[in-house]
Amino acid sequence: MSRKFMKGNDAIVVGALQAGCRAYYGYPITPASEIAHAASQHFPALGGTFIQAESEVAAINMVYGTAGMGIRTMTASSSPGFSLKQEGLSYIAGAELPCVVVNVSRGGPGLGNIAPEQADYFQVTKGGGHGNYRLIALAPNCAQEMCDLTVLAFDLADTYRNPVCILADGFTGQMMEPVTVPLARPVPFDHTSWCVRGDAETHRNLISSIYLESEDLERHNLKLDEKYRRIARDEVRFEEYRVEDADLIVVAFGIVSRIVYSTVDQAREQGLKVGLLRPITLWPFPSARIAELAARDVRFLSAELSTGQMVEDVRLAVEGRAPVHFYGRCGGMVPGSEELLAEYGKILEGGRS
Amino acid sequence: MKITEKPVAFYPEFARKSGPHKETTHYCPGCGHGNVHKMIAEAMVDLGINERTVFISPVGCSVFGYYYFDCGHMQAAHGRAPAVATGIKRANPEAIVIAYQGDGDLAAIGTAETLHAANRGENITVFFVNNAIYGMTGGQMAPTTLIGQKTATTPRGRIEAQHGNPIRMAEIIATLPATTYVERVAIGDSKHIMKARKAIRKALTNQVENRGYSFVEILSTCPTGWKMDGPDARDWLIEEMIKIFPLGVYKDEADHREGAWHRPVEPFVPAKRDAYLGADEAEAKAEKLSLPAELHCKFAGFGGQGVLTLGLFLAQVGMRADLHASWIPSYGPEMRGGTANCSVNLSERRIGSPLVDRPNLLVVMNQPSLEAFAGQVVEGGVVIVDTSVVENCPELPGRRVVRIPATGIADEVGTPKVANVVLLGAICAATGAFPLAFVEQSLRETVKKKDLVDLNLAALRRGYEHVRDAV
Repeated sequence: MSRKFMKGNDAIVVGALQAGCRAYYGYPITPASEIAHAASQHFPALGGTFIQAESEVAAINMVYGTAGMGIRTMTASSSPGFSLKQEGLSYIAGAELPCVVVNVSRGGPGLGNIAPEQADYFQVTKGGGHGNYRLIALAPNCAQEMCDLTVLAFDLADTYRNPVCILADGFTGQMMEPVTVPLARPVPFDHTSWCVRGDAETHRNLISSIYLESEDLERHNLKLDEKYRRIARDEVRFEEYRVEDADLIVVAFGIVSRIVYSTVDQAREQGLKVGLLRPITLWPFPSARIAELAARDVRFLSAELSTGQMVEDVRLAVEGRAPVHFYGRCGGMVPGSEELLAEYGKILEGGRS
Repeated sequence: MKITEKPVAFYPEFARKSGPHKETTHYCPGCGHGNVHKMIAEAMVDLGINERTVFISPVGCSVFGYYYFDCGHMQAAHGRAPAVATGIKRANPEAIVIAYQGDGDLAAIGTAETLHAANRGENITVFFVNNAIYGMTGGQMAPTTLIGQKTATTPRGRIEAQHGNPIRMAEIIATLPATTYVERVAIGDSKHIMKARKAIRKALTNQVENRGYSFVEILSTCPTGWKMDGPDARDWLIEEMIKIFPLGVYKDEADHREGAWHRPVEPFVPAKRDAYLGADEAEAKAEKLSLPAELHCKFAGFGGQGVLTLGLFLAQVGMRADLHASWIPSYGPEMRGGTANCSVNLSERRIGSPLVDRPNLLVVMNQPSLEAFAGQVVEGGVVIVDTSVVENCPELPGRRVVRIPATGIADEVGTPKVANVVLLGAICAATGAFPLAFVEQSLRETVKKKDLVDLNLAALRRGYEHVRDAV
């Protein structure tokens, strides 16, 4: 396999191309713009579509149109732009269309800054737009995963007819690492039964999220809910490092999981038994595994680039059976190893109650 | 309202409609939508396109367009029909795409999508039903409501000074060069309906023949919203609305544009993409090298000196040696002060943090960088300094300081631009991490302009020799 040294943002486009994505719609925003740059180069070169839309709102609705035809399509943005896409995402989820949306998140609220943050966790994992729906949310932490999880995202989107979000951050987008380019495979899904392609075979199909009668809309919501339960049961993905004997399990995703990974061995050299649990799917969240780990004498620390968002899911999973601590930086500030090691020390010295 | 003599592009029975009456529409008596629907359905039959048509229903009274037309349907968010239409047409240019929109949808909440789809010359057909009021939500002011017209939100009538004027979309759209055909028509009596029928047919024919973007604004009635009976509504349409919204062809360049707006796409062919990206199943032929020690490096200098590229060169050398490698440009508060820097990690193990806050190799190309980062270098670490630029370079206790006039050497080689490659040579000699020949081969593969390869190799060797000979 050929390895190429590339930026995370470029690796997303490579993953999308190899997954069979045929249309990209986007709007410029730092730090996600390289994705649009690469897409504008590669999609037309391969007979696909690239449009720089007039707005994030237009871009996500172009995605709606292409996704409604059963064709793989995507958009990418960063936090303020992702906020603007929420209306479209609600419609896409309501109409059960498969697509991939990338959020290379930055500092907020409001205009914030262009530095990395993870403060879009709530927006991505709890819905974001109106109504009962979920995004499947994947959190890569290296350039190879920016590529591979994009391929996975398209498969999950097609499997469940649901939008899938890649939640990255400024670091994973800008960082360059070796990437093995996966081979392209034919898309193994046939959407003829529901999509509208503008042909005789599908001309009796309807893409819509309107259910005027209360009974019908409740039925639709329950059907979606059943789907989300299946996803929660079957699609949880996470990674662990030295949690088995840990006194302190640090839960971290994206760039923070990389920093924490570096500190685990260092902490153990100092006599602190620390482990890392890294959710790869933020929704569905690895709640069952966390609950299982919480059954023994252990503490949890949620480390995030926010003022505390994922920590709520950790607490919900733990259900009060173990202490849950939080450590966060934001605005583009990133905890260094020594800072985290000091925090581990403080928590573990606090001892057991 | 009951539609008699249904065109076959209508379903024989409106099965998707809720309630018991599957033969009548959901529209109020006297509503213009039924007329417009019928004209569109007739045109679809005449052109033989209903099976390849995708009809986009807006938010508004015509949200249920899919009850009636025997064609593909997508229902869109409020105002977004032109964007959805773009997503459909660009993905399958053979589909016939109709965006059917009311005045609130098209001219208020969806103005941006409307104008930009038109400005791109999307090869779609937009039918704009302008009845000067919001029907479905209960008769509020529309962007096209007439001055003086009373609505649920203009109880004293629309006042220019407060609400602005009725907006004339056909006129605006006709100013955009990429549009092909723009006409405003009306219903209300048979004379106007005949013209409207012709315009609707032409707008769809244009799309079938790939002549580009067509926009037909249809002045229409809303007796319920206007609080009138049917005959009064028809009279008001013809006597009052047409005064403000003059009928006619605002633009028609269809004759010059046959086929001009067909934007072909290709299907997904996996092998083509593999070839394009160079993906293959061949075994990696990377030569595996072992590192004397993990490298956690920081490269810093002024923007334009090539420090980021230097980091990239070293990281790619590491990748060629089948090591784990990461490169990341400066971040956070460090980005201030006009200096550029990057972090590089090379390791035989998986790399944790790509950020380097305690480097064991620091390469600096200006004074501020030395002052900013020298204190972070771990004990036993190496600091390589370009003494052509950095004037004051003190000893650093416990660290090995390697001084090299890299920019000066680069000048001698041919250009100061290769000072970073001189420093790459210095790194090889100072750390012993990679054999010179290996780095030379890596540079041959990395340097994009082939006529610059020899220059770079010369710079590399000079930097290497300078440090080797100084030891």
